[in-house]
Amino acid sequence: MGNWIENEGLSIFVVLVWLGLNVFLFIKFYDVYNHKPRYMYSQKLLGFALPLARAPAACLNFNCMLILLPVCRNLLSFLRGSSACCSTRIRRQLDRNLTFHKMVAWMIALHTAIHTIAHLFNVEWCVNARVNSSDNLSVALSNLEDKPGETYLNFARAKIPNPEGGLYVAVTRLAGITGIVITLCLILIITSSTKTIRRSYFEVFWYTHHLFVIFFIGLAIHGAEKIVRGQTAESLKVHNPEICGKDPSAWGKPEGCPIPQFSGNPPMTWKWIVAPMFLYLCERLVRFWRSQQKVVITKVVTHPFKTIELQMKKKGFKMEVGQYIFVKCPKVSRLEWHPFTLTSAPEEDFFSIHIRIVGDWTEGLFNACGCDKQEFQDAWKLPKIAVDGPFGTASEDVFSYEVVMLVGAGIGVTPFASILKSVWYKYCNNATNLRLKKIYFYWLCRDTHAFEWFADLLQLLETQMQERNNAGFLSYNIYLTGWDESQADHFAVHHDEEKDVITGLKQKTLYGRPNWDNEFKTIAGQHPNTRIGVFLCGPEALAETLSKQCISNSESGPRGVHFIFNKENF
Amino acid sequence: MGQIEWAMWANEQALASGLILVMGGIVATAGQFTKWYFGAYSIGAGVFVCLLEYPRGKRRKGSTMERCGQKYMTRVVKVFGPLTRNYYVRAFLHLALSVPAGFLLATILGTACLAIASCIYLLAAFRGEQWVPIEPKPKERPQVGGTIKQPPSNPPPRPPAEARKKPSEGEAAGAAGVSGGPQENPVPVIDEVV
Repeated sequence: MGNWIENEGLSIFVVLVWLGLNVFLFIKFYDVYNHKPRYMYSQKLLGFALPLARAPAACLNFNCMLILLPVCRNLLSFLRGSSACCSTRIRRQLDRNLTFHKMVAWMIALHTAIHTIAHLFNVEWCVNARVNSSDNLSVALSNLEDKPGETYLNFARAKIPNPEGGLYVAVTRLAGITGIVITLCLILIITSSTKTIRRSYFEVFWYTHHLFVIFFIGLAIHGAEKIVRGQTAESLKVHNPEICGKDPSAWGKPEGCPIPQFSGNPPMTWKWIVAPMFLYLCERLVRFWRSQQKVVITKVVTHPFKTIELQMKKKGFKMEVGQYIFVKCPKVSRLEWHPFTLTSAPEEDFFSIHIRIVGDWTEGLFNACGCDKQEFQDAWKLPKIAVDGPFGTASEDVFSYEVVMLVGAGIGVTPFASILKSVWYKYCNNATNLRLKKIYFYWLCRDTHAFEWFADLLQLLETQMQERNNAGFLSYNIYLTGWDESQADHFAVHHDEEKDVITGLKQKTLYGRPNWDNEFKTIAGQHPNTRIGVFLCGPEALAETLSKQCISNSESGPRGVHFIFNKENF
Repeated sequence: MGQIEWAMWANEQALASGLILVMGGIVATAGQFTKWYFGAYSIGAGVFVCLLEYPRGKRRKGSTMERCGQKYMTRVVKVFGPLTRNYYVRAFLHLALSVPAGFLLATILGTACLAIASCIYLLAAFRGEQWVPIEPKPKERPQVGGTIKQPPSNPPPRPPAEARKKPSEGEAAGAAGVSGGPQENPVPVIDEVV
């Protein structure tokens, strides 16, 4: 049985605390609106729908405050960098920012649903009370402010019956209009953020997601009209709802109670969201400022099968292994920023990214860089590029382990290009102080097309290691998962040759998928009592598999081998 | 945005709208709001839209992730031919379906969402997109014996090696000679291959 707590403990703790706060806020505010004397008459008018609407409203305040924070990437990078003193575990938590962002988003959707449903009941009952189709007390309460000197409780002032009355309230009240608009924005954001749309049509996702600006503005002014009403404190002193509520027809008359007075609750949401909105604004300003800085493309390399490499230079650019940047090319699109992993090592004097041409923007970039032309391009013809970042990822932690397993699936191998290059440079500089002693590298690939640019790097490393008589430092395994019958013959015939028929490397290519259980057990056997970092950049399914393997192959207790799983994702 | 297939987003939006229509309809019907029958309509329309939109169409480029269990609805949706293939029809259908739900506050959000989905479908139709069903590829059964032109001339059971020596060596090959032609087996062979 593995050490599940080692891998997942802190994440689970954070999620439980967050859920706990949600539940606490829900119950607390439900209780306030259910029992406080101030809201007694409001409750009489609205029933359970009042506290049922206010409770999710409080949770919404909390979650809308949280949702902007995980996407303040510069802030997170700063926290990561400054927590170099803190353990790797804290920093790993910060890598799960997008998962947290999505969880909070779903919670917002849930609470929006509860809030909306409760308000639908509210509106229906309020309008009914206004047009006298309700009990005496509700009708009496709704008539308040018909005469001068009174303050209203029922926000439906016009005497229009349902269902038109409800629709009228929704479009004439600020809360109604803002409510409908921001809920629509939320729905559009959610439908364009599904995995299909996000992975295949990034631009739709990117632009639609910016509706969050309208969402937050609408949210801030949603409560401005103060239609959540309660009896004023002064009124409560002279008019006790429990006693006076029994005879509403006597209100205002000398023998009865004085007319109750009401006031609206001031809007609270802005207090919750103003700080994160400010932080996010700063975040975007930083991005804008960075984009104004000059980035020069020093080299463009076209690799086979729709991959290009851009080598760039920027003053003051500092990176760590496996980080990513956001890139904008105004010539292709003035607004879009796209994320790419850096494939160069920090020791090089330029930084590079490898881009696969899959969509509109990448195709536009391909053409803008003149890759479709055969002849040599002049440097001045290359387009202007803006770069934001670099942003931290899990790969930075590679060097803090003694032994690592690096797994890259398909194009997910890019962060590891950076790591391996950096390893090579450190080796060249004779860094015997290198904590990293052994790398197990797995590259899972569907077909041979993707090998080209990476094979060169591996060849270089292979030669380098042989020269230094440390061929065992890097053990790499390339798995070709898309082989077919016709290729199989070819492989079988050339099996005994010295160099691999596909890659030209000394280590042979393997076919099919790796047997992870075997791999983990072998590695655990070879490195007892070590913390082994497992780094993956690849699909979800593989992440699940590796995560489970890490947990089941780690020994419980502080001694013994521990596999720590780190996943890279965008 | 040349390579975007708007129908993919329209599909997600329409599916979400269906769910919202159902939810709003349930609220109106269960709460017995005034003119709650609009809510009942909304539930029906919502369910219909969900069923229609559940099977994802095939993308023009790349592979498409099927929704869980969508193959049953794919068969049904396919039956209607051009009515479900054409996105203009879908756009107008959704627009028409969304109108009655607009009479109640509880379901008006569904109306708005479905109307937006309708607009995106209109855009998709305008760009010539079509709904193509995702069908499983028929598995190619490997042809047994397809490449065998001549049956083997020396099938097992074979007599021991001495008996199999070539006639040029002049050994007594006996009845088990190997000079071409089918083997005469000393023991009758029963073919057990099914």
